[in-house]
Amino acid sequence: MSPNLLAVFYLVSGVLFILALRGLSSPETSRQGNFFGIIGMAIAIGVTVISAGNFSTGFILLLILLVLGGSIGAFIAFKIPMTAMPELVAGFHSLVGLAAVFVAISAFLNPEVFNLGIPSNIKIASLIEMSLGAAIGAITFTGSIIAFLKLRGLMSGSPITFLGQHFINLALGLIIIGLVIYLCRTQNEYLFWSIIILSFLVGVLLIIPIGGADMPVVISMLNSYSGWAAAGIGFTLENSALIITGALVGSSGAILSYIMCKGMNRSFFNVILGGWGATESSSKTSSKDQKPVKSGNADDAAFLMKNASSVIIVPGYGMAVAQAQHALREMVDSLKKSGVKVSYAIHPVAGRMPGHMNVLLAEANVPYDEVFELEDINNDFANCDVAYVIGANDVTNPVAKTDPQSPIYGMPILDVEKSKSVLFVKRSLSPGYAGIDNDLFYRENTLMLFADAKKMTEDITKNL
Amino acid sequence: MEIDPFIFRLSIFVLAIFVGYYVVWSVTPSLHTPLMSVTNAISSVIIVGAIIAALAGDNRNIFDTANIFGYLAIILAAVNIFGGFLVTHRMLAMYKKKKKGK
Repeated sequence: MSPNLLAVFYLVSGVLFILALRGLSSPETSRQGNFFGIIGMAIAIGVTVISAGNFSTGFILLLILLVLGGSIGAFIAFKIPMTAMPELVAGFHSLVGLAAVFVAISAFLNPEVFNLGIPSNIKIASLIEMSLGAAIGAITFTGSIIAFLKLRGLMSGSPITFLGQHFINLALGLIIIGLVIYLCRTQNEYLFWSIIILSFLVGVLLIIPIGGADMPVVISMLNSYSGWAAAGIGFTLENSALIITGALVGSSGAILSYIMCKGMNRSFFNVILGGWGATESSSKTSSKDQKPVKSGNADDAAFLMKNASSVIIVPGYGMAVAQAQHALREMVDSLKKSGVKVSYAIHPVAGRMPGHMNVLLAEANVPYDEVFELEDINNDFANCDVAYVIGANDVTNPVAKTDPQSPIYGMPILDVEKSKSVLFVKRSLSPGYAGIDNDLFYRENTLMLFADAKKMTEDITKNL
Repeated sequence: MEIDPFIFRLSIFVLAIFVGYYVVWSVTPSLHTPLMSVTNAISSVIIVGAIIAALAGDNRNIFDTANIFGYLAIILAAVNIFGGFLVTHRMLAMYKKKKKGK
């Protein structure tokens, strides 16, 4: 196959990938979009294999490996519960990162295949591109592993900080840049390995100080990195499909990080530098014992909701932990039967990744046109009879609007307190992730339901 | 003077960032999780580099270090491609509209 024809095919798959993302603008077109993505991938793989023109041992091995990797991937995709989606995505990011590192290594060891020169005399531009691709890929790999461990609960979600952390990260970053420059001058193999090893280290150091509830930002950021790594490799291989895809994924992840940061009213650097909520928690909770709290049981909650004309459900990470989405849907079904209007309000940073709550509700067969984003539903709280807060906390805290001293001041929150009564399902009065007491607990119109989210929801359904 | 092909690739890159920017802003927030899983799947198109690396050289020495890294990358990318597209498909299949509201 001529290189020009090959390039045209890569361009076609690049365009199909754009259409795949475009399809996600609405749920109706999304499935078709995913299909475009699959076709784009098939074209890219197909033409690459054909143009390599090597249909003997290597080709058979390639097929075996594709089937092997593919079946592992398919197995995971079918088995994974929807609540584990954040760690799955983090895990997948790590694979992209490592694959980028491996491809960069083979390009470095065998540059002739990619027309980059000969070993120890590789074109400078290619050398820079492949080092960058390898470095970003390595950071993505270890960073995603840490994110995976934190999300999976195999590692504590609380931030790990130590003195001079940011200084070390900065120094390591500068050293890596220095090594790249030095590599271009000397073409020394060991410099290339050092760059990769140091980048692995940076990935770990970058993610350990970031706490559990900031994971939406971290996942989006790693998503973006995996894109930039792919783009770096794309430049090395002079492959437009990779360059286009890398740019798409890179900007997609960057936009998601931006949306998540805005949802918390924090700057990107504030999140990345991390350590938030680890130090302040003790001083903020001192006055909590004196304030009276109204608590109720499933019976009271059922009574309130049955007699309401409209109910808004506010789900959060706690719903995912308790796997309460199906129980919740059943409760809503019986409410609807008695003529109550029910809708769902989703805060942008609810859960552990962008859109986490939407997926869980979709899994529980909640129609997506009953689920609303913050801006679209926030005015409705004033006219609603009952707000049912299940597993959310900081995103409902009115302190964000009233107390300039509070760390979450200025964060957009759901105006839950404006509804006639608030039902707040929670295990105890402990503060949320940010370590801030939630003012909502002590409001006149709040009824606390101390229980596991799933169990409480089921009990309410029984009492309806 | 001829323009370095690098500049053309850079143009593609920059334009694709802008395309990505506008396309992603139009993604509905409720589909942000599928967006992440599908971007994850498509970034595994890095497999083309892995295939080129793996199939390089004549058949006697396809087990060079460089080739082996290619093979490893093929496995990783294949996990991602199949896993990513299938899990996205699984998620998207769950998004349904209200039945009577149509």
